[in-house]
Amino acid sequence: MSAAAMTDQPVKELGEGEAGKAVEAGRVASYKPAVVGAPVMAAAPAPTGAGLGERLQVALQALLRAFVPPVAGLALLIGLWHLATLNGGGIPSPGKTWDAAVVLFSDPFYREGPNDQGIGWNVLASLQRVGMGFGIAALVGIPAGFLLGRFAILSRMLNPIISLLRPVSPLAWLPIGLLVFQRADPAATWTIFICSIWPMVLNTAQGVTRVPQDYLNVARVLKLSEWKVFTKILFPAVLPYMLTGIRLSIGTAWLVIVAAEMLTGGVGIGFWVWDEWNNLKVEHIIIAIFVIGIVGLALEQALMLLARRFNYESR
Amino acid sequence: MSKKIVQIENVGQTFATKKGTFTALRDIHLDIHEGESVSLIGHSGCGKSTLLNLIAGLTLPSTGVMLCEGREIAGPGPERAVVFQNHSLLPWLTCFDNVYLAVERVFSAKEGKVKLKERTREALALVGLSHAESKYPHEISGGMKQRVGIARALSMQPRILLMDEPFGALDALTRANLQDELMKILAATRATMVMVTHDVDEAVLLSDRVVMLTNGPAATVGEILDVKLERPRDRLALAHDPVFGNCRAAIMEFLYQKQLRVAA
Repeated sequence: MSAAAMTDQPVKELGEGEAGKAVEAGRVASYKPAVVGAPVMAAAPAPTGAGLGERLQVALQALLRAFVPPVAGLALLIGLWHLATLNGGGIPSPGKTWDAAVVLFSDPFYREGPNDQGIGWNVLASLQRVGMGFGIAALVGIPAGFLLGRFAILSRMLNPIISLLRPVSPLAWLPIGLLVFQRADPAATWTIFICSIWPMVLNTAQGVTRVPQDYLNVARVLKLSEWKVFTKILFPAVLPYMLTGIRLSIGTAWLVIVAAEMLTGGVGIGFWVWDEWNNLKVEHIIIAIFVIGIVGLALEQALMLLARRFNYESR
Repeated sequence: MSKKIVQIENVGQTFATKKGTFTALRDIHLDIHEGESVSLIGHSGCGKSTLLNLIAGLTLPSTGVMLCEGREIAGPGPERAVVFQNHSLLPWLTCFDNVYLAVERVFSAKEGKVKLKERTREALALVGLSHAESKYPHEISGGMKQRVGIARALSMQPRILLMDEPFGALDALTRANLQDELMKILAATRATMVMVTHDVDEAVLLSDRVVMLTNGPAATVGEILDVKLERPRDRLALAHDPVFGNCRAAIMEFLYQKQLRVAA
Protein backbone atom coordinates (compact mmCIF):
# COMPACT_ATOMS: atom_id res chain seq x y z
CA MET A 1 0.00 0.00 0.00
CA SER A 2 2.60 2.52 1.09
CA ALA A 3 4.85 1.58 -1.82
CA ALA A 4 2.05 2.24 -4.25
CA ALA A 5 1.35 5.59 -2.66
CA MET A 6 5.04 6.55 -2.86
CA THR A 7 5.28 5.68 -6.55
CA ASP A 8 2.06 7.56 -7.19
CA GLN A 9 3.31 10.76 -5.66
CA PRO A 10 6.32 11.58 -7.91
CA VAL A 11 4.39 10.76 -11.06
CA LYS A 12 1.73 13.25 -10.11
CA GLU A 13 4.30 15.95 -9.41
CA LEU A 14 6.00 15.32 -12.71
CA GLY A 15 2.69 15.71 -14.50
CA GLU A 16 2.05 19.08 -12.90
CA GLY A 17 5.54 20.24 -13.74
CA GLU A 18 5.15 19.36 -17.39
CA ALA A 19 1.79 21.05 -17.61
CA GLY A 20 3.39 24.21 -16.23
CA LYS A 21 6.11 24.10 -18.86
CA ALA A 22 3.57 23.67 -21.58
CA VAL A 23 1.69 26.76 -20.43
CA GLU A 24 4.94 28.69 -20.41
CA ALA A 25 5.72 27.54 -23.96
CA GLY A 26 2.29 28.67 -25.01
CA ARG A 27 2.96 32.16 -23.65
CA VAL A 28 6.22 32.36 -25.47
CA ALA A 29 4.51 31.38 -28.67
CA SER A 30 1.94 34.13 -28.30
CA TYR A 31 4.67 36.72 -27.62
CA LYS A 32 6.74 35.81 -30.66
CA PRO A 33 4.41 34.56 -33.31
CA ALA A 34 6.86 35.17 -36.16
CA VAL A 35 9.53 32.89 -34.72
CA VAL A 36 7.25 30.19 -33.42
CA GLY A 37 5.10 30.38 -36.52
CA ALA A 38 7.67 28.57 -38.66
CA PRO A 39 7.78 25.33 -36.67
CA VAL A 40 4.00 25.34 -36.38
CA MET A 41 3.73 25.63 -40.16
CA ALA A 42 6.20 22.83 -40.58
CA ALA A 43 4.24 20.73 -38.17
CA ALA A 44 0.99 21.47 -39.97
CA PRO A 45 1.18 18.64 -42.53
CA ALA A 46 1.48 16.12 -39.74
CA PRO A 47 -2.14 16.46 -38.51
CA THR A 48 -3.57 16.39 -42.07
CA GLY A 49 -1.39 13.37 -42.74
CA ALA A 50 -2.94 11.72 -39.72
CA GLY A 51 -6.39 12.75 -41.08
CA LEU A 52 -5.63 11.09 -44.39
CA GLY A 53 -4.53 7.98 -42.57
CA GLU A 54 -7.72 8.05 -40.57
CA ARG A 55 -9.81 8.43 -43.67
CA LEU A 56 -7.96 5.56 -45.30
CA GLN A 57 -8.68 3.48 -42.23
CA VAL A 58 -12.39 4.34 -42.38
CA ALA A 59 -12.51 3.50 -46.07
CA LEU A 60 -10.70 0.25 -45.42
CA GLN A 61 -13.15 -0.64 -42.68
CA ALA A 62 -16.10 0.08 -44.96
CA LEU A 63 -14.49 -2.08 -47.63
CA LEU A 64 -13.98 -4.88 -45.10
CA ARG A 65 -17.56 -4.60 -43.90
CA ALA A 66 -18.80 -4.82 -47.48
CA PHE A 67 -16.63 -7.72 -48.59
CA VAL A 68 -15.89 -9.88 -45.58
CA PRO A 69 -19.42 -11.34 -45.11
CA PRO A 70 -19.93 -12.42 -48.74
CA VAL A 71 -16.42 -13.83 -48.93
CA ALA A 72 -17.00 -15.66 -45.64
CA GLY A 73 -20.26 -17.05 -47.02
CA LEU A 74 -18.53 -18.28 -50.15
CA ALA A 75 -15.75 -19.80 -48.07
CA LEU A 76 -18.34 -21.57 -45.93
CA LEU A 77 -20.02 -22.98 -49.03
CA ILE A 78 -16.73 -24.25 -50.45
CA GLY A 79 -15.73 -25.58 -47.04
CA LEU A 80 -18.96 -27.57 -46.71
CA TRP A 81 -18.61 -28.77 -50.27
CA HIS A 82 -15.07 -29.89 -49.50
CA LEU A 83 -16.18 -31.71 -46.34
CA ALA A 84 -18.95 -33.45 -48.27
CA THR A 85 -16.48 -34.78 -50.83
CA LEU A 86 -13.85 -35.96 -48.32
CA ASN A 87 -15.24 -39.50 -48.26
CA GLY A 88 -15.16 -39.82 -52.01
CA GLY A 89 -18.48 -40.44 -53.78
CA GLY A 90 -19.59 -39.02 -57.12
CA ILE A 91 -19.32 -35.31 -56.28
CA PRO A 92 -15.93 -33.87 -57.28
CA SER A 93 -14.02 -31.82 -54.70
CA PRO A 94 -13.63 -28.03 -55.04
CA GLY A 95 -9.99 -28.49 -56.00
CA LYS A 96 -10.74 -30.92 -58.76
CA THR A 97 -13.53 -28.69 -60.05
CA TRP A 98 -11.20 -25.69 -60.02
CA ASP A 99 -8.60 -27.57 -62.04
CA ALA A 100 -11.26 -28.59 -64.55
CA ALA A 101 -12.48 -25.00 -64.74
CA VAL A 102 -8.98 -23.73 -65.47
CA VAL A 103 -8.69 -26.18 -68.35
CA LEU A 104 -12.18 -25.39 -69.58
CA PHE A 105 -11.80 -21.61 -69.53
CA SER A 106 -8.32 -21.63 -71.03
CA ASP A 107 -10.03 -22.33 -74.37
CA PRO A 108 -13.74 -21.47 -74.16
CA PHE A 109 -14.22 -20.94 -77.90
CA TYR A 110 -13.07 -24.12 -79.61
CA ARG A 111 -15.13 -26.03 -82.12
CA GLU A 112 -14.69 -29.72 -82.79
CA GLY A 113 -17.85 -30.79 -84.49
CA PRO A 114 -21.43 -29.85 -83.69
CA ASN A 115 -21.56 -31.70 -80.37
CA ASP A 116 -18.17 -30.69 -79.02
CA GLN A 117 -17.76 -26.94 -78.63
CA GLY A 118 -16.25 -24.67 -76.00
CA ILE A 119 -18.31 -23.51 -73.02
CA GLY A 120 -18.23 -19.97 -74.42
CA TRP A 121 -20.08 -21.05 -77.56
CA ASN A 122 -22.58 -22.95 -75.47
CA VAL A 123 -23.36 -19.95 -73.28
CA LEU A 124 -23.62 -17.68 -76.34
CA ALA A 125 -25.94 -20.13 -78.07
CA SER A 126 -28.21 -20.17 -75.02
CA LEU A 127 -28.12 -16.38 -74.74
CA GLN A 128 -29.00 -16.09 -78.41
CA ARG A 129 -32.02 -18.36 -77.97
CA VAL A 130 -33.13 -16.43 -74.89
CA GLY A 131 -32.62 -13.14 -76.73
CA MET A 132 -34.67 -14.34 -79.66
CA GLY A 133 -37.61 -15.71 -77.68
CA PHE A 134 -37.51 -12.86 -75.22
CA GLY A 135 -37.25 -10.25 -77.98
CA ILE A 136 -40.29 -11.58 -79.80
CA ALA A 137 -42.15 -11.80 -76.47
CA ALA A 138 -41.33 -8.14 -75.78
CA LEU A 139 -42.46 -7.09 -79.26
CA VAL A 140 -45.79 -8.85 -78.74
CA GLY A 141 -46.25 -8.59 -75.00
CA ILE A 142 -45.59 -4.89 -74.38
CA PRO A 143 -48.04 -3.57 -77.00
CA ALA A 144 -50.54 -6.20 -75.83
CA GLY A 145 -50.07 -4.94 -72.27
CA PHE A 146 -50.76 -1.35 -73.38
CA LEU A 147 -53.95 -2.42 -75.15
CA LEU A 148 -55.09 -4.47 -72.15
CA GLY A 149 -54.44 -1.57 -69.80
CA ARG A 150 -56.10 1.05 -71.99
CA PHE A 151 -59.24 -0.87 -72.97
CA ALA A 152 -61.08 -2.47 -70.07
CA ILE A 153 -63.14 -4.65 -72.39
CA LEU A 154 -60.00 -6.31 -73.77
CA SER A 155 -58.66 -6.89 -70.30
CA ARG A 156 -61.94 -8.48 -69.18
CA MET A 157 -61.87 -10.64 -72.29
CA LEU A 158 -58.29 -11.86 -72.01
CA ASN A 159 -57.59 -11.90 -68.28
CA PRO A 160 -59.24 -15.29 -67.69
CA ILE A 161 -57.16 -16.81 -70.50
CA ILE A 162 -53.95 -15.28 -69.17
CA SER A 163 -54.75 -16.45 -65.64
CA LEU A 164 -55.28 -19.95 -67.01
CA LEU A 165 -52.11 -20.12 -69.11
CA ARG A 166 -49.68 -18.26 -66.86
CA PRO A 167 -49.19 -20.95 -64.19
CA VAL A 168 -48.48 -23.64 -66.86
CA SER A 169 -44.86 -24.75 -66.84
CA PRO A 170 -43.25 -23.47 -70.02
CA LEU A 171 -41.90 -26.95 -70.75
CA ALA A 172 -45.46 -28.14 -71.28
CA TRP A 173 -45.42 -25.89 -74.35
CA LEU A 174 -42.34 -27.55 -75.80
CA PRO A 175 -44.15 -30.43 -77.56
CA ILE A 176 -46.54 -27.93 -79.15
CA GLY A 177 -43.51 -26.01 -80.44
CA LEU A 178 -41.94 -29.21 -81.76
CA LEU A 179 -45.19 -30.11 -83.48
CA VAL A 180 -45.66 -26.71 -85.08
CA PHE A 181 -42.06 -25.95 -86.05
CA GLN A 182 -40.87 -29.52 -86.67
CA ARG A 183 -37.38 -28.51 -85.46
CA ALA A 184 -35.80 -28.35 -82.02
CA ASP A 185 -34.30 -24.88 -82.22
CA PRO A 186 -37.44 -22.84 -82.93
CA ALA A 187 -39.29 -25.01 -80.42
CA ALA A 188 -36.86 -23.90 -77.68
CA THR A 189 -37.27 -20.27 -78.78
CA TRP A 190 -41.03 -20.74 -78.69
CA THR A 191 -40.82 -22.06 -75.14
CA ILE A 192 -38.84 -18.99 -74.08
CA PHE A 193 -41.34 -16.78 -75.85
CA ILE A 194 -44.34 -18.26 -74.09
CA CYS A 195 -42.78 -18.16 -70.62
CA SER A 196 -41.45 -14.63 -70.88
CA ILE A 197 -44.50 -12.97 -72.40
CA TRP A 198 -46.80 -13.08 -69.34
CA PRO A 199 -44.87 -10.87 -66.90
CA MET A 200 -44.43 -8.25 -69.64
CA VAL A 201 -48.12 -8.26 -70.60
CA LEU A 202 -49.34 -8.16 -67.02
CA ASN A 203 -46.88 -5.57 -65.72
CA THR A 204 -47.37 -3.25 -68.66
CA ALA A 205 -51.15 -3.52 -68.34
CA GLN A 206 -50.94 -2.84 -64.63
CA GLY A 207 -48.69 0.15 -65.27
CA VAL A 208 -51.19 1.60 -67.72
CA THR A 209 -54.09 1.27 -65.28
CA ARG A 210 -51.96 2.89 -62.58
CA VAL A 211 -51.08 6.04 -64.49
CA PRO A 212 -52.17 8.76 -62.05
CA GLN A 213 -55.54 10.25 -62.95
CA ASP A 214 -53.98 13.70 -62.50
CA TYR A 215 -51.71 13.19 -65.49
CA LEU A 216 -54.61 12.00 -67.60
CA ASN A 217 -56.63 15.03 -66.47
CA VAL A 218 -53.78 17.24 -67.66
CA ALA A 219 -54.01 15.46 -71.00
CA ARG A 220 -57.76 16.02 -71.08
CA VAL A 221 -57.54 19.71 -70.23
CA LEU A 222 -54.86 20.20 -72.88
CA LYS A 223 -56.87 18.03 -75.30
CA LEU A 224 -53.69 16.21 -76.31
CA SER A 225 -53.83 13.87 -79.28
CA GLU A 226 -53.72 10.11 -78.62
CA TRP A 227 -50.15 10.05 -79.94
CA LYS A 228 -49.05 12.82 -77.57
CA VAL A 229 -50.86 11.15 -74.68
CA PHE A 230 -48.93 7.98 -75.47
CA THR A 231 -45.48 9.50 -75.94
CA LYS A 232 -45.63 12.21 -73.28
CA ILE A 233 -47.72 10.60 -70.56
CA LEU A 234 -48.52 6.89 -70.93
CA PHE A 235 -45.14 5.60 -72.07
CA PRO A 236 -42.97 7.43 -69.51
CA ALA A 237 -45.42 6.63 -66.71
CA VAL A 238 -45.56 2.95 -67.62
CA LEU A 239 -41.83 2.53 -68.30
CA PRO A 240 -40.86 1.55 -64.72
CA TYR A 241 -43.61 -1.11 -64.64
CA MET A 242 -42.55 -2.33 -68.06
CA LEU A 243 -38.95 -2.69 -66.96
CA THR A 244 -40.04 -4.72 -63.94
CA GLY A 245 -41.91 -7.01 -66.32
CA ILE A 246 -38.85 -7.30 -68.53
CA ARG A 247 -36.68 -8.14 -65.55
CA LEU A 248 -39.03 -10.87 -64.34
CA SER A 249 -39.29 -12.20 -67.89
CA ILE A 250 -35.60 -12.44 -68.51
CA GLY A 251 -35.10 -14.20 -65.17
CA THR A 252 -37.71 -16.81 -66.07
CA ALA A 253 -36.37 -17.16 -69.60
CA TRP A 254 -32.90 -17.91 -68.30
CA LEU A 255 -34.35 -20.45 -65.86
CA VAL A 256 -36.27 -22.18 -68.61
CA ILE A 257 -33.61 -22.27 -71.32
CA VAL A 258 -31.49 -24.80 -69.44
CA ALA A 259 -34.40 -27.21 -69.10
CA ALA A 260 -35.57 -26.65 -72.67
CA GLU A 261 -32.12 -27.30 -74.10
CA MET A 262 -31.76 -30.48 -72.06
CA LEU A 263 -34.78 -31.76 -73.94
CA THR A 264 -34.05 -30.37 -77.39
CA GLY A 265 -30.29 -30.87 -77.63
CA GLY A 266 -27.99 -28.98 -79.99
CA VAL A 267 -25.55 -26.36 -78.75
CA GLY A 268 -26.34 -24.53 -75.51
CA ILE A 269 -25.46 -24.54 -71.85
CA GLY A 270 -28.48 -26.72 -70.96
CA PHE A 271 -27.59 -29.32 -73.52
CA TRP A 272 -23.96 -29.11 -72.44
CA VAL A 273 -24.95 -29.98 -68.86
CA TRP A 274 -26.84 -33.01 -70.11
CA ASP A 275 -23.96 -34.01 -72.38
CA GLU A 276 -21.46 -33.80 -69.53
CA TRP A 277 -23.79 -35.93 -67.39
CA ASN A 278 -23.73 -38.55 -70.12
CA ASN A 279 -19.91 -38.29 -70.16
CA LEU A 280 -19.98 -38.47 -66.34
CA LYS A 281 -17.91 -35.28 -66.02
CA VAL A 282 -19.65 -34.11 -62.89
CA GLU A 283 -17.13 -31.34 -62.25
CA HIS A 284 -18.22 -29.76 -65.54
CA ILE A 285 -21.83 -29.84 -64.37
CA ILE A 286 -20.84 -27.95 -61.24
CA ILE A 287 -18.94 -25.42 -63.34
CA ALA A 288 -22.03 -25.05 -65.53
CA ILE A 289 -24.16 -24.37 -62.46
CA PHE A 290 -21.83 -21.53 -61.49
CA VAL A 291 -21.77 -20.18 -65.04
CA ILE A 292 -25.56 -20.26 -65.33
CA GLY A 293 -25.84 -18.50 -61.98
CA ILE A 294 -23.35 -15.80 -62.89
CA VAL A 295 -24.92 -15.10 -66.29
CA GLY A 296 -28.39 -14.92 -64.71
CA LEU A 297 -27.11 -12.55 -62.06
CA ALA A 298 -25.45 -10.36 -64.69
CA LEU A 299 -28.66 -10.16 -66.75
CA GLU A 300 -30.68 -9.25 -63.68
CA GLN A 301 -28.20 -6.62 -62.50
CA ALA A 302 -27.97 -5.03 -65.95
CA LEU A 303 -31.74 -4.64 -66.07
CA MET A 304 -31.81 -3.32 -62.50
CA LEU A 305 -29.36 -0.61 -63.56
CA LEU A 306 -31.52 0.21 -66.56
CA ALA A 307 -34.65 0.33 -64.39
CA ARG A 308 -32.98 2.68 -61.92
CA ARG A 309 -32.02 4.97 -64.77
CA PHE A 310 -35.67 5.28 -65.85
CA ASN A 311 -37.32 5.43 -62.46
CA TYR A 312 -38.41 9.06 -62.29
CA GLU A 313 -39.84 8.66 -58.78
CA SER A 314 -36.52 7.97 -57.08
CA ARG A 315 -34.67 10.57 -59.10
CA MET B 1 -72.33 44.60 -66.61
CA SER B 2 -69.32 42.93 -68.15
CA LYS B 3 -69.55 39.89 -70.36
CA LYS B 4 -70.41 36.52 -68.87
CA ILE B 5 -67.69 33.95 -69.42
CA VAL B 6 -69.34 31.05 -67.64
CA GLN B 7 -73.04 30.57 -66.99
CA ILE B 8 -74.22 27.85 -64.64
CA GLU B 9 -77.97 27.35 -64.73
CA ASN B 10 -79.85 25.03 -62.43
CA VAL B 11 -77.00 22.55 -62.37
CA GLY B 12 -77.11 19.39 -60.27
CA GLN B 13 -74.65 16.55 -59.99
CA THR B 14 -75.45 13.03 -58.84
CA PHE B 15 -73.18 10.02 -58.64
CA ALA B 16 -74.26 6.39 -58.79
CA THR B 17 -72.95 4.54 -55.75
CA LYS B 18 -73.56 1.09 -54.33
CA LYS B 19 -76.14 2.52 -51.93
CA GLY B 20 -78.07 4.26 -54.69
CA THR B 21 -77.69 7.72 -56.19
CA PHE B 22 -75.76 10.30 -54.24
CA THR B 23 -76.63 13.94 -54.86
CA ALA B 24 -73.50 16.06 -54.59
CA LEU B 25 -74.80 19.36 -55.93
CA ARG B 26 -78.29 20.73 -56.66
CA ASP B 27 -79.83 23.91 -58.04
CA ILE B 28 -76.58 25.77 -58.69
CA HIS B 29 -76.99 29.12 -60.35
CA LEU B 30 -73.87 31.15 -60.92
CA ASP B 31 -72.46 33.48 -63.55
CA ILE B 32 -68.77 34.28 -63.84
CA HIS B 33 -68.03 37.61 -65.49
CA GLU B 34 -65.03 38.56 -67.54
CA GLY B 35 -62.07 39.69 -65.47
CA GLU B 36 -63.45 38.80 -62.08
CA SER B 37 -61.97 36.56 -59.43
CA VAL B 38 -64.41 34.24 -57.71
CA SER B 39 -63.72 31.94 -54.78
CA LEU B 40 -65.73 28.85 -53.93
CA ILE B 41 -65.62 28.19 -50.22
CA GLY B 42 -67.32 25.64 -47.98
CA HIS B 43 -66.64 22.79 -45.60
CA SER B 44 -64.75 19.82 -46.95
CA GLY B 45 -66.94 17.41 -48.85
CA CYS B 46 -69.43 20.11 -49.83
CA GLY B 47 -68.70 19.73 -53.51
CA LYS B 48 -66.60 22.80 -54.28
CA SER B 49 -64.13 20.73 -56.27
CA THR B 50 -67.03 18.94 -57.98
CA LEU B 51 -68.32 22.32 -59.11
CA LEU B 52 -64.89 23.34 -60.37
CA ASN B 53 -64.55 20.05 -62.27
CA LEU B 54 -67.92 20.76 -63.88
CA ILE B 55 -66.71 24.16 -65.10
CA ALA B 56 -63.51 22.50 -66.31
CA GLY B 57 -65.58 19.92 -68.14
CA LEU B 58 -63.74 17.03 -66.48
CA THR B 59 -67.17 15.80 -65.38
CA LEU B 60 -70.52 16.59 -66.95
CA PRO B 61 -73.56 17.74 -64.96
CA SER B 62 -76.45 15.36 -64.33
CA THR B 63 -79.00 18.13 -64.71
CA GLY B 64 -78.99 21.75 -65.82
CA VAL B 65 -76.94 23.68 -68.34
CA MET B 66 -73.35 24.91 -68.24
CA LEU B 67 -72.19 27.41 -70.81
CA CYS B 68 -68.78 28.86 -71.55
CA GLU B 69 -69.03 31.94 -73.74
CA GLY B 70 -72.49 30.90 -74.80
CA ARG B 71 -71.51 27.37 -75.83
CA GLU B 72 -72.36 24.27 -73.85
CA ILE B 73 -69.44 22.77 -71.94
CA ALA B 74 -69.12 19.27 -73.38
CA GLY B 75 -65.65 18.40 -72.12
CA PRO B 76 -62.38 19.89 -70.97
CA GLY B 77 -60.49 22.32 -73.12
CA PRO B 78 -57.48 24.63 -73.01
CA GLU B 79 -59.70 27.74 -72.89
CA ARG B 80 -60.57 26.64 -69.34
CA ALA B 81 -57.11 25.96 -67.90
CA VAL B 82 -56.90 24.11 -64.60
CA VAL B 83 -54.27 24.52 -61.89
CA PHE B 84 -54.49 21.27 -59.99
CA GLN B 85 -54.19 20.98 -56.24
CA ASN B 86 -51.10 18.79 -56.40
CA HIS B 87 -49.50 20.65 -59.32
CA SER B 88 -49.74 17.59 -61.62
CA LEU B 89 -46.51 18.32 -63.41
CA LEU B 90 -45.19 15.44 -65.47
CA PRO B 91 -42.14 14.24 -63.54
CA TRP B 92 -40.21 13.13 -66.63
CA LEU B 93 -40.35 16.57 -68.27
CA THR B 94 -38.39 19.66 -67.26
CA CYS B 95 -40.29 22.74 -66.12
CA PHE B 96 -39.78 24.18 -69.59
CA ASP B 97 -41.09 21.07 -71.31
CA ASN B 98 -44.08 20.87 -68.98
CA VAL B 99 -45.12 24.36 -70.01
CA TYR B 100 -44.09 23.81 -73.63
CA LEU B 101 -46.45 20.81 -73.88
CA ALA B 102 -49.36 23.15 -73.20
CA VAL B 103 -48.07 25.99 -75.39
CA GLU B 104 -47.44 23.62 -78.28
CA ARG B 105 -50.94 22.18 -78.05
CA VAL B 106 -52.66 25.56 -78.14
CA PHE B 107 -50.50 27.62 -80.49
CA SER B 108 -48.56 25.24 -82.76
CA ALA B 109 -51.21 25.47 -85.48
CA LYS B 110 -50.46 29.15 -86.01
CA GLU B 111 -46.94 29.73 -84.73
CA GLY B 112 -43.43 28.45 -85.33
CA LYS B 113 -41.14 26.74 -82.84
CA VAL B 114 -39.23 29.91 -82.02
CA LYS B 115 -42.40 31.73 -81.05
CA LEU B 116 -43.64 28.76 -79.03
CA LYS B 117 -40.41 28.66 -77.05
CA GLU B 118 -40.65 32.39 -76.50
CA ARG B 119 -44.16 31.98 -75.12
CA THR B 120 -42.94 29.23 -72.80
CA ARG B 121 -40.12 31.44 -71.49
CA GLU B 122 -42.52 34.34 -71.02
CA ALA B 123 -44.88 32.16 -68.98
CA LEU B 124 -42.04 30.96 -66.75
CA ALA B 125 -40.75 34.51 -66.38
CA LEU B 126 -44.23 35.63 -65.31
CA VAL B 127 -44.08 33.33 -62.29
CA GLY B 128 -40.42 34.20 -61.65
CA LEU B 129 -38.96 30.83 -62.60
CA SER B 130 -36.77 31.63 -65.58
CA HIS B 131 -33.79 30.25 -63.71
CA ALA B 132 -35.42 26.85 -63.14
CA GLU B 133 -36.60 26.09 -66.66
CA SER B 134 -34.23 23.17 -67.16
CA LYS B 135 -34.94 21.62 -63.77
CA TYR B 136 -37.14 18.59 -63.23
CA PRO B 137 -40.15 18.84 -60.89
CA HIS B 138 -38.50 16.70 -58.21
CA GLU B 139 -35.59 19.15 -58.08
CA ILE B 140 -37.68 22.17 -57.05
CA SER B 141 -39.75 23.06 -53.99
CA GLY B 142 -43.50 22.61 -53.63
CA GLY B 143 -44.11 26.32 -54.09
CA MET B 144 -42.04 26.37 -57.27
CA LYS B 145 -43.93 23.36 -58.65
CA GLN B 146 -47.20 25.14 -58.10
CA ARG B 147 -45.79 28.19 -59.89
CA VAL B 148 -44.92 26.02 -62.88
CA GLY B 149 -48.49 24.70 -62.74
CA ILE B 150 -49.76 28.28 -62.84
CA ALA B 151 -47.35 29.14 -65.66
CA ARG B 152 -48.57 26.13 -67.62
CA ALA B 153 -52.18 27.21 -67.19
CA LEU B 154 -51.52 30.86 -68.05
CA SER B 155 -49.34 30.01 -71.05
CA MET B 156 -52.45 28.72 -72.84
CA GLN B 157 -54.03 32.17 -72.57
CA PRO B 158 -57.24 30.66 -71.22
CA ARG B 159 -60.54 32.50 -71.10
CA ILE B 160 -60.79 31.43 -67.50
CA LEU B 161 -58.31 30.10 -64.97
CA LEU B 162 -59.65 27.36 -62.70
CA MET B 163 -57.70 26.69 -59.52
CA ASP B 164 -58.45 23.78 -57.22
CA GLU B 165 -57.01 24.66 -53.79
CA PRO B 166 -53.80 25.67 -55.53
CA PHE B 167 -51.96 26.63 -52.36
CA GLY B 168 -53.50 24.03 -50.06
CA ALA B 169 -50.39 21.89 -49.86
CA LEU B 170 -47.98 24.76 -49.16
CA ASP B 171 -46.71 26.23 -45.91
CA ALA B 172 -48.17 29.53 -44.75
CA LEU B 173 -45.24 31.76 -45.80
CA THR B 174 -44.93 30.25 -49.27
CA ARG B 175 -48.68 30.48 -49.62
CA ALA B 176 -48.74 34.19 -48.79
CA ASN B 177 -45.96 34.79 -51.30
CA LEU B 178 -47.75 32.98 -54.07
CA GLN B 179 -51.06 34.70 -53.26
CA ASP B 180 -49.37 38.08 -53.67
CA GLU B 181 -47.82 37.00 -56.93
CA LEU B 182 -51.07 35.57 -58.21
CA MET B 183 -52.76 38.92 -57.54
CA LYS B 184 -50.07 40.70 -59.54
CA ILE B 185 -50.35 38.20 -62.39
CA LEU B 186 -54.14 38.46 -62.48
CA ALA B 187 -53.91 42.25 -62.52
CA ALA B 188 -51.35 42.16 -65.33
CA THR B 189 -53.16 39.61 -67.47
CA ARG B 190 -56.71 40.65 -66.49
CA ALA B 191 -57.52 36.97 -66.35
CA THR B 192 -60.80 35.60 -65.09
CA MET B 193 -60.37 33.17 -62.23
CA VAL B 194 -62.40 30.70 -60.21
CA MET B 195 -60.63 29.28 -57.18
CA VAL B 196 -61.62 26.59 -54.74
CA THR B 197 -60.36 27.28 -51.25
CA HIS B 198 -61.11 26.53 -47.61
CA ASP B 199 -59.05 29.45 -46.38
CA VAL B 200 -61.21 32.44 -45.41
CA ASP B 201 -58.39 35.00 -45.63
CA GLU B 202 -57.33 33.71 -49.01
CA ALA B 203 -60.89 33.94 -50.32
CA VAL B 204 -61.31 37.57 -49.20
CA LEU B 205 -57.85 38.67 -50.27
CA LEU B 206 -58.00 37.27 -53.79
CA SER B 207 -61.65 37.50 -54.78
CA ASP B 208 -64.17 39.99 -56.04
CA ARG B 209 -66.91 37.60 -55.02
CA VAL B 210 -66.92 34.74 -52.54
CA VAL B 211 -69.42 31.99 -53.28
CA MET B 212 -70.30 30.09 -50.11
CA LEU B 213 -71.61 26.57 -50.52
CA THR B 214 -73.89 24.84 -48.02
CA ASN B 215 -72.91 21.51 -46.54
CA GLY B 216 -73.21 18.40 -48.65
CA PRO B 217 -74.80 16.14 -49.60
CA ALA B 218 -76.97 18.06 -52.05
CA ALA B 219 -74.98 21.23 -51.54
CA THR B 220 -75.94 24.45 -53.24
CA VAL B 221 -74.95 28.10 -53.22
CA GLY B 222 -75.75 29.47 -49.76
CA GLU B 223 -74.63 33.07 -49.99
CA ILE B 224 -72.55 35.19 -52.33
CA LEU B 225 -70.43 37.92 -50.80
CA ASP B 226 -69.16 40.91 -52.76
CA VAL B 227 -65.70 41.90 -51.60
CA LYS B 228 -65.65 45.66 -52.08
CA LEU B 229 -61.94 46.20 -51.60
CA GLU B 230 -59.87 48.36 -53.92
CA ARG B 231 -57.12 46.75 -55.99
CA PRO B 232 -54.20 46.41 -55.80
CA ARG B 233 -54.65 44.92 -52.36
CA ASP B 234 -51.94 44.85 -49.75
CA ARG B 235 -52.17 42.15 -47.14
CA LEU B 236 -50.50 44.22 -44.44
CA ALA B 237 -52.77 47.23 -44.90
CA LEU B 238 -55.85 45.00 -45.10
CA ALA B 239 -55.14 43.47 -41.72
CA HIS B 240 -56.66 46.55 -40.10
CA ASP B 241 -59.19 47.39 -42.83
CA PRO B 242 -62.79 47.29 -41.53
CA VAL B 243 -64.17 46.12 -44.91
CA PHE B 244 -61.74 43.20 -44.90
CA GLY B 245 -62.71 42.39 -41.33
CA ASN B 246 -66.43 42.50 -42.15
CA CYS B 247 -66.04 40.23 -45.17
CA ARG B 248 -64.04 37.81 -43.09
CA ALA B 249 -66.64 37.89 -40.34
CA ALA B 250 -69.47 37.30 -42.81
CA ILE B 251 -67.80 34.20 -44.22
CA MET B 252 -66.89 32.90 -40.77
CA GLU B 253 -70.44 33.40 -39.65
CA PHE B 254 -71.73 31.45 -42.64
CA LEU B 255 -69.25 28.62 -42.17
CA TYR B 256 -69.28 28.28 -38.41
CA GLN B 257 -72.82 29.28 -37.43
CA LYS B 258 -75.13 28.64 -40.33
CA GLN B 259 -73.27 25.64 -41.70
CA LEU B 260 -71.69 24.20 -38.60
CA ARG B 261 -70.88 20.57 -39.06
CA VAL B 262 -72.27 18.39 -36.32
CA ALA B 263 -69.63 15.76 -36.85
CA ALA B 264 -66.62 17.47 -38.38
